[in-house]
Amino acid sequence: MAFAETPAAAPRATLRASRSTLTFVPLLTLAAMLGPICAGLAGTVLPALGWYPAAGTTALDGAPIRALLAWPGLADAARLSLTTGLAATALSLGIVALVFAGWWGTRPFGMLERLLSPLLSVPHAAAAFGLAFLIAPSGWLFRLAAPLIGWDRPPDLLILNDPWGLSLTAGLVAKEVPFLTLMALAALGQSDGRRSLRAAQAMGYGRLTGWLKTVFPRVYAQIRLPVYVVLAYSMSVVDAAVILGPTTPNTLSVQIVRWMGDPDLGQRLVAAAGAVLQLALVAAALALWRGGEHVVALVGRAWILGGDRGRLDRVLRPLGLMAGVLSAAAVLAGLVALVMWSVAGFWSFPDVWPDTVTWRSWSRHGAGLAEAARMTAVVALASTGIALILVLGCLEAEHRSGRRLTRRGLWLLYLPLLVPQIAFLPGLQTLLLTAGADTGLLPVIAAHLVFVLPYVFLSLGDPWRAWDVRHATVAAALGASPRAVLWRVRLPMLLRPVLTATAVGLAVSVGQYLPTLLIGGGRVATLTTEAVALAAGGDRRAIGVYSVAQTAAALLPFALALGIPALAWRNRRGLHG
Amino acid sequence: MRSLATTCAALALTAAALPALADPDPADWDAVLDEARGQTVYWSAWGGSTATNDFIAWAGDRLKEEYGVTVEHVKLADTADAVTRVLSEKQAGQDADGAVDLIWINGPNFKAMKEADLLFGPFAEQLPNWQYVDVDGKTVQTDFTVPTEGYEAPWAMAQVVFMHDTDDLPERLPNMGAILDWAQANPGRFTYPQPPDFLGTTFLKQVLLEAVENPEVLMHPASDADYDAVVAPLWDYLDELTPALWRSGRAYPASGPAQLQLIADDEIDLAISFSPGEASTAIADFRLPDTVRTFVLDKGTLGNASFVAIPYNSGSKAGAMVLANFLMSPVAQVHAQDPEVLGYGTVLDMDKLPDADRAEFDALELGVATLSPDELGEVRPEPHPSWTTRIAEDWQSRYGTGQ
Repeated sequence: MAFAETPAAAPRATLRASRSTLTFVPLLTLAAMLGPICAGLAGTVLPALGWYPAAGTTALDGAPIRALLAWPGLADAARLSLTTGLAATALSLGIVALVFAGWWGTRPFGMLERLLSPLLSVPHAAAAFGLAFLIAPSGWLFRLAAPLIGWDRPPDLLILNDPWGLSLTAGLVAKEVPFLTLMALAALGQSDGRRSLRAAQAMGYGRLTGWLKTVFPRVYAQIRLPVYVVLAYSMSVVDAAVILGPTTPNTLSVQIVRWMGDPDLGQRLVAAAGAVLQLALVAAALALWRGGEHVVALVGRAWILGGDRGRLDRVLRPLGLMAGVLSAAAVLAGLVALVMWSVAGFWSFPDVWPDTVTWRSWSRHGAGLAEAARMTAVVALASTGIALILVLGCLEAEHRSGRRLTRRGLWLLYLPLLVPQIAFLPGLQTLLLTAGADTGLLPVIAAHLVFVLPYVFLSLGDPWRAWDVRHATVAAALGASPRAVLWRVRLPMLLRPVLTATAVGLAVSVGQYLPTLLIGGGRVATLTTEAVALAAGGDRRAIGVYSVAQTAAALLPFALALGIPALAWRNRRGLHG
Repeated sequence: MRSLATTCAALALTAAALPALADPDPADWDAVLDEARGQTVYWSAWGGSTATNDFIAWAGDRLKEEYGVTVEHVKLADTADAVTRVLSEKQAGQDADGAVDLIWINGPNFKAMKEADLLFGPFAEQLPNWQYVDVDGKTVQTDFTVPTEGYEAPWAMAQVVFMHDTDDLPERLPNMGAILDWAQANPGRFTYPQPPDFLGTTFLKQVLLEAVENPEVLMHPASDADYDAVVAPLWDYLDELTPALWRSGRAYPASGPAQLQLIADDEIDLAISFSPGEASTAIADFRLPDTVRTFVLDKGTLGNASFVAIPYNSGSKAGAMVLANFLMSPVAQVHAQDPEVLGYGTVLDMDKLPDADRAEFDALELGVATLSPDELGEVRPEPHPSWTTRIAEDWQSRYGTGQ
């Protein structure tokens, strides 16, 4: 990490002793996070230009790029990547901004916040399946409407897999609204929003307009990187696109995975060229978004100077709340639909409920489920454990040396989330194979670490730094070494945020699809890869079982993170909260 | 000087003999069984169907119990994934203990692997249970016209049937022309899996088989000279059919089983299947309504065998052979043919079986929607794989990219 020198907070004498081991941790963390990305990108760019000894070509003649351009679906696939990504990001951000502007600090907001937070950990694939079960012409919504309209069979409507990517966009929005909400909440803690809003309201501004004009600019500056993450992710997602996205043609990212799997090794070069194009598209979209920020800032400044007190508040407030509730309800109802299908006997259209309820699907998938759950747990625990050690090491090094994470350091931290997975994982897989490294469990854990690390760091960083260092001073005065301060004072006091960060790391790992699929070489089957593999078969009962299990695997750590501190500190009232 | 030459020759001989020494010999079956004990076989098989997944898990349990061999099902979205995997391992020089030990395979993938020397063998015809296989009556020694030569072992027979929901489509349709007429009269009620899914490609081949003037031409590799002319009737047929398809042909089900869900939801009334017993199995499983029946076409439908093959760099060849042999055993074959399990056709010859085993087959209830062997009619052989590959590719550029 890049740290800036600031006056040291810790006593000098204790500093020297502990420096030796800790100085390497930030470097190690950086290598674990960025090494695979750099290697993977190199392993992608070279084949894209035509250098791929494994397939017997070393001519850097750009033939793969020409082959990519010759694919008839390219224009549509590239357009889809841009439109779904930009639309999903703009909609998610818009909904979050309206909800905060209209309702922040009110009771409905508190309820919505409690509704949205657990949804953050629902894996994308499960949310996508749930949404598909809801909005398909044979899905729950149409079953409810069927008696009113008089349908006795599902209407022949192209809703799922629509060529415009609308269902895919909806699925992404439903998952990104909780993410941005949480990010905005964290940002609000650091900006003096409440008093600004009060001042604006004193001047006669409506709640919504006042918030947008005085608080939003500061909040946006803080959540800019998360918004970029949403954009890059939405443009290149694979699992949700397989489930909800168009198929004639696929989105670019899905097509790249198909090319990777072609028996003709030459197609991997086309896949590499596609991956480079995907990277360029994401870069272009980020630049476009950055330009859009300037335009919005210009327009916004004029709007602020115009002095409008909020003519549209009355329309926008309920609209924002409705959109927020709708996106939360879609995921929740989808999860209920998954549960229903996992226990359904025969269930035909337009019945709203299944004829019979049975555990048969659960018992028939029990063995496979247990095995996949075990593998999921091994990968998640290993990658999160390593991430936690590295992050704690980094933060402690930061504390003892008195250097703080700089802006550039923050960008490096976000880099694994900004570079599309599809752009570097195929290259990484090829490199691993060429190097003769066996794909399997260890490489998968390393690949998960790339994505688990930043989230653990981001979620633990703020509470860690917010800890009052005077506790350390007191402990040191009582004769405690820096090590004892860490283990006996700081970690126990920060048990709750450490556990939360662990839960975040586990949830991130549970949800990973592409790293497990590509780096695992098919040998590492987790709940997520099994669930997405079932998508092709369309067996809703099997999908229901695996998706429910997958969601439970992601949610369980959060429940533990809430429960353990209460249990551990049941006789230490001061450590609650 | 002479000693140097002898040493070199000896070294060369040893080097040449080494791989052969390392590989188990199927003729010495006891040695194979010994070597297999304790091995783990990674079986790469398509994972999109819960019925087959369950069957593979059952086979794994039996193998563990009886032979001490562990079977891990590597669930593939596409068989080609496993082929790619072996190919890239070979390119990377990983010639031992590759990721794949056994592949469920046939057709173009088998041809590709055999031509690239990626397969271990020949082994299939030395397996103990080969004695029961119906060599004369079933296409178990050629795979899409390509001779298998013992490089893959058959384990199931498949034949195209059409599943129809008798609530909406009571009568069988005799030929592809009738299917087109019915689809146009009932728009949105028929579809097929999106090629290159193998069942979708099979539908294209079934159309082609009826549309070409002389089907004999399909038995030979497709050549640039005649390809366009031969397949033109296929595209004419699809140009007429596509607007009448489910979702007007703008989306397709991803696979065969995905069609079952569409019938169960009453979105479509007609679908293709490559397994005469699939409908009965799915009815028993709640995945299809009990009004579904099956039919075949007057001029016969495509049929082929499913095989398993062992990659050249498998680290558990003995275990893989034990599994391949088990799959051909009467007990596994009867289990697979049970419509409650898979409903797959057997590769065995009833006349060669011991009486007790034959009685097990006779006792099977085929299920409400399954046609008897007589009713299944003529089995048409698969075209040469080159046709399959090319029409699947052309389909994608014609209908698969929204153009």
